[in-house]
Formats: sequence, C-alpha cells, structure tokens
Amino acid sequence: MSNHVLEVNDLQTCFSSKEGTIPAVNGITFHVDAGEILGIVGESGCGKSVTSLSVMGLVPSPPGNINGGEILFNGEDLTKATEKRMRKIRGNDIAMIFQEPMTSLNPVYKIGDQLMEGIRIHTKLSKKKAYLQAVDMLELVGLSRVTDLMKSYPHQLSGGMRQRVMIAMAMACDPKLLIADEPTTALDVTIQKQILNLMKNLNEKMDTAIMLITHDLGVVAEMCSRIAVMYSGKVVEEGSVQDIFRDPKHPYTKGLIDSVPDMRVKKDRLYSIPGNVPKPGAIKQGCAFAPRCGQAFSRCAKETPELLETDNGAKVRCWLHHEQ
Amino acid sequence: MKSHLLEVDDLKKHFSSGKSVFKKKSQPVKAVDGVSFAVQEGETLGLVGESGCGKSTTGRMLMRLIEPTAGAIHFQGKNLLELNSESVRSMRKDIQMIFQDPYASLNPRHRVERIIEEPMIVHHLGDKATRKKKVQELLEIVGLNSFHAKRYPHQFSGGQRQRIGIARALAVEPKLIIADEPVSALDVSIQSQVLNLLEDLQNEFNLTFLFIAHDLSVVKHISDRVGVMYLGKIVEMADRDELYNNPKHPYTQALLSSVPIPDPDHKQEEIELQGDIPSPSEPPSGCPFHTRCPHVMDICKSVVPVSQEKEKGHNVACHLYDDQHMAI
Ligand SMILES: Nc1ncnc2c1ncn2[C@@H]1O[C@H](COP(=O)(O)OP(=O)(O)OP(=O)(O)O)[C@@H](O)[C@H]1O
Ligand SMILES: Nc1ncnc2c1ncn2[C@@H]1O[C@H](COP(=O)(O)OP(=O)(O)O)[C@@H](O)[C@H]1O
Ligand code: SF4
Ligand code: SF4
Ligand SMILES: [Mg+2]
Ligand SMILES: [Mg+2]
Repeated sequence: MSNHVLEVNDLQTCFSSKEGTIPAVNGITFHVDAGEILGIVGESGCGKSVTSLSVMGLVPSPPGNINGGEILFNGEDLTKATEKRMRKIRGNDIAMIFQEPMTSLNPVYKIGDQLMEGIRIHTKLSKKKAYLQAVDMLELVGLSRVTDLMKSYPHQLSGGMRQRVMIAMAMACDPKLLIADEPTTALDVTIQKQILNLMKNLNEKMDTAIMLITHDLGVVAEMCSRIAVMYSGKVVEEGSVQDIFRDPKHPYTKGLIDSVPDMRVKKDRLYSIPGNVPKPGAIKQGCAFAPRCGQAFSRCAKETPELLETDNGAKVRCWLHHEQ
Repeated sequence: MKSHLLEVDDLKKHFSSGKSVFKKKSQPVKAVDGVSFAVQEGETLGLVGESGCGKSTTGRMLMRLIEPTAGAIHFQGKNLLELNSESVRSMRKDIQMIFQDPYASLNPRHRVERIIEEPMIVHHLGDKATRKKKVQELLEIVGLNSFHAKRYPHQFSGGQRQRIGIARALAVEPKLIIADEPVSALDVSIQSQVLNLLEDLQNEFNLTFLFIAHDLSVVKHISDRVGVMYLGKIVEMADRDELYNNPKHPYTQALLSSVPIPDPDHKQEEIELQGDIPSPSEPPSGCPFHTRCPHVMDICKSVVPVSQEKEKGHNVACHLYDDQHMAI
C-alpha cells in the first residue's frame, strides 16, 4: 500500500555474545502510515530500541547484525542501502530523538553551531540563512531567549530544554518520519506534557509521521492513533488505540493494561502478570508468553502462533484467536 | 485521635554547594526547606513531586543518613535529633528503608542470605540458627524460594531484587518503612507485583509506610494521605481521594492534569505549565511556584504563603486561599 511511509517485514536483528546469538528483534512486522503517530509499547528489553536503531541503520556492528527481513522506506529496502545512502536518509527523511538527549548532543559545541551544521549538511543554505532557520526552529519548539541559547552549551540547559533542542534538530530538515525512542521517559511529568504537546503539534502542522516508542500506556493513549504491542522481540498485537484499550485480545496486552494503576478508577488490587520478562531467545519453542499466560493450553508450548488479522482488522499473535 | 508514629516539624536541609564556577558567592541548595507532616500508625503517607523537589532528602533525614540543618523529627514521641547514639541505634531498627535502585542497593559480592541477615547482625537479633530460619521465612514472605538464599544479586531480575530489598528491610521487624521510589525502576507488569506485595505486608505486619514517588497514579493507588512537594516545601496535603478529586494548589492541579491517562477516550482539562522548575539554590522569592503559576498575583512574588487547613485535614500553602482572595 502506498500510504505506508515505513513498512517493516519480518525483521530480525541479532547480537552475537559469549552465550551465543541473541535475537533482540525476532521477526517484527509493522508499518507507519503517512502523517500518523504509531505507538510501539513493551517492557524493557523487548526490542523497542533495537527496532528503531535497525530502521536508522545504527545497529552497532559487530556485535549486531540484521539477519533477515526488510525495512521498506517509501518502497526502498533500507537493509540493502549503502552507508552513504543511509547517511543521506538519516538527515533528510528520517530523524530520531532519544531518551537521553545528552547522548546525542555534542557537549563541546554550542547549540547554535550544532543546529546550523545539521541544517547545512542537508540543505544548501548559506551560513546566514542557516542561522535564521536555526533561530526559527528553536522558537517553533517553544524555546525563548533563543539568541542566547544559540550560544550556550548542552550542559547549560535543563533536560526539557535539551529535548526541545533535539526535536528542533530533528525537525530542521523536515523529515517524513520521526522516530522518538522514549522521548519523555527521563523528564518530569509537567515537562513531559510540554514535549508531548509539542510533538503532537509538529505532527499536525508539518504532517510528519511519528513512530513513538514508550513503555507508558498513558502516553500511548494520549498520543497515538495506532499501537503495536511488543513482547520478546515480536509484535503480539496491533490495532487502533481505541480497539486495543477497549478490547485487548492478546493475554499479554490485557495483563499490561490491567497492571497499570489508573488515577480515575479505584482498583483495590492491581492485576499482576506472574513471572518475569524472559531474556531474548530464552523461549525456543511455542508462544513466548506461554510461561506467564493464564490461558495457555497444550498447543501454546509447542507451536509458535503467527501475527494474524482478526475480524475487526486488528492483528493478534495468539492461538486463542486463530481458527484451527 | 489516633497516635502519630512519626511527626516531622519544620525540617530543613540546606546543602552548602561548595565551590561554584559560575557564581561569585555560592548559595546553599535548599533541598528541603521547612517540611512538616505527621504519619499515623498503620497508614501510608505518599510524598509526590518532580525531580529534585527534596523527596529523597526528606526520607534520608528520617533515616539519619543525612543530618538535618534544622527542625525536629519525633518518632513515637521522642525527638530523634536529641537522642544519644545508643537510643538512635535502637530507633534505627524501627525505621527501615527500601530504595529505588535494587541493583545499587544490594552488595553484589554477598549471597542473598547474608544480605538479608546483615541487619539482624547489626542489631544483635537472635543467634545464628534463629537468623538462618528467619531468612528462610522472609524469602517466602516476599515471594521468593528458600533455594534463592545461596544466590547472588546479579542472578535475579529487577523485580526479584526489589523483593530481596524488601526482605532485608523486614528482617528487623520495623514499624516504619520509608520506600523511596520502590517501583520506579520496574516494568509495569513487575511494578504491580511489588505494589501488591507491599500492601499485603502492611496488612500482615501493621506496617506504616512513607511512600516516596513521582508517579501520581502509583501514589494514589497505595496511599491513604498524600503530600505534594515543590522546591523543598510541601505545598498541599490531604486525604488521598480529597487531594485527587479536589486539588486546591495550582501546582497540584497542573501536576494532576499532566498525568497521561491510559484511556484513549479520556479528555482532560489541559493545564500546560510554562517554563522549568527553578534551581533550589536560587528559589524564587515569595511563593516558590510563582514563576510558573497560571494564577500568580502581586502578593505571590514577595510573601511566602503559609500552609493553612482549608477543609478538615486538607492543608494548602497558596495565597488564593487567603481569606481576602477566595478566588478559585
Ligand atoms: N549531597 C548533596 N549535596 C548538594 N545538593 C544535594 C545533595 N543531595 C541532594 N541535593 C540537591 O537537593 C535537591 C533535592 O534532592 P532530592 O534527591 O531530595 O530530590 P528528589 O525529590 O528525591 O528527586 P528525584 O525525584 O529526582 O529523586 C536537589 O536539587 C539535589 O540536587
Ligand atoms: N549492543 C548490544 N549488544 C548486545 N545486546 C544488545 C545490544 N543492544 C541491545 N541488546 C539486547 O537486545 C534486547 C532488546 O534491547 P532493546 O531494544 O534495547 O530493548 P527495549 O525494548 O528496552 O528498548 C535486550 O535483551 C538487550 O540486552
Ligand atoms: S498463544 Fe497461548 S500462551 Fe500465548 S498468549 Fe495465546 S493463549 Fe497465551
Ligand atoms: S501563592 Fe500565588 S503563585 Fe503561589 S500557587 Fe498560589 S496563586 Fe500561585
Ligand atoms: Mg529502549
Ligand atoms: Mg529521589
């Protein structure tokens, strides 16, 4: 379908280690439509960051390697792109913001210089014009006293300001897709609100598609139109935000939603999923969720379910929802 | 009236910031700047607030891990700050702490049995055989197995390590547990396991909790009463439902409206605060919240609002509730 900005099919990204090969992303399939915000949720270690690094062509290699599948960006398979081509795409077409903006800002350069350099790599603007665009971008993301800010170093800014600068940098080249990996996890809730509102505005005004990665179901419910729920390197359920919150099909999704305290509802006792999140690749056979699933039956431990479409267009990876 | 297990009165901690590269004269960091509250036996008092507002510093002063700059802490009627070292030691047994980071708070070189036994040794409780037996019991109480005793912390997951930290805190049969962000580092599905465990233990052993966290949903779930901190001060304190249903302080209102609700159909009133939290070394004059407050008035910039009881058990420190401007 031509509406897909990004289409990831059966992607496999592994890391080699002393204990063997770790399938961090183990056959993940999803797509992002033009102009939408797709949420990717899952608990730590389920492969969210490795997925985004794979799309950006930034998986550290070695030890990492894309072992299979395809990443189609506007139809072009990025797993086959050269490093030169990827560099071009990273600046012009796909941008990324991370959980800790300090790691992606260079501490020894002034904010203004970093922003202008980013702009000048990807456009042919003169220094003067790049300066003006940088100032505009900083104002667009809601920063004030921007001429002073252009002259400051990253450590002189607060976490929220740094994340705004990162977003300004990401948006400076008007990307078609923004990958935001836990962009507000390190921020306080009132600052998180500012950043989420900012991302929503940019999505609406500039029509940038966003792939928003988070473990926070509240953030997903507020921001996204569609979600993909990940467990152990795979998507286990995918659908519209409304469908998934109202009527989750996969036992893991259901457990996750029931586990979070909701300020508006009084729950005497929280539901809790028994057991622990497995290490990637630890479960070799059957459904990866089977050891923790209250509804598991004999087939679950033996055969791995596929991610299949259900009647309402959502997709689920669970034997309970598959016709025999 | 029920007895107060803990009473904290005008507690302060000002850290001298030492050498400062940027400023001529270095200002002390007013991490905690006049905090007062009381905790009843068997209840859970939640303390919420954003990063750096002084929650952990408050907890650590109660544990006497940090010496307060000023103020009083009464535990079971005795002023902890005036006790001699022997009495402090026995008091310490009654107050235990659970930490946010189960990785950093357990000694990686010790087996779990040693970690849990340690506080009993420190407080001279029981002989070796009794302590061994107690360790086994505690492991079971927190949902681990007796064979876990021989393992090292790195062999456990985050949630299991937090259980070990809880077993260690319970080992000396404390009355008060200060839990500083005990579930913040855990995944959602593990977080609910640990919250349920804490509630069960409270019922079983009549524990009193001071529960420190930044997650307002978690705090609402677990607390009986809640205090909201901003820049080293408690700006509002009330019974849990009263605070969440009828927040009076503009900061509490903004905080509550900022929490993302896990329900796509939920439309909430948006209060987006402008600007950042000021530095506690240069707190604003007057009301500490005036630089971000949507209702700021002239008086707020110069006069510090004092906490006053506006409804039964509901205290708020804000000039909007001074008698001459009952506005909101
Ligand atoms: N030893 C210290 N020396 C100097 N300043 C300190 C020290 N410990 C804490 N502070 C400062 O005191 C303030 C309050 O810190 P505290 O750790 O109590 O915050 P908190 O509310 O627990 O925050 P968080 O949610 O991030 O854990 C902060 O500004 C912090 O930087
Ligand atoms: N550079 C790396 N080397 C080895 N293993 C890695 C590396 N990066 C990630 N992993 C492993 O891949 C799995 C998925 O990680 P990640 O995508 O970061 O999870 P999350 O969903 O929390 O973002 C984890 O088990 C992690 O330990
Ligand atoms: S396939 Fe079986 S084990 Fe897996 S989620 Fe469905 S019911 Fe549970
Ligand atoms: S005292 Fe003034 S500035 Fe402070 S919270 Fe109340 S209205 Fe706002
Ligand atoms: Mg990650
Ligand atoms: Mg803290």
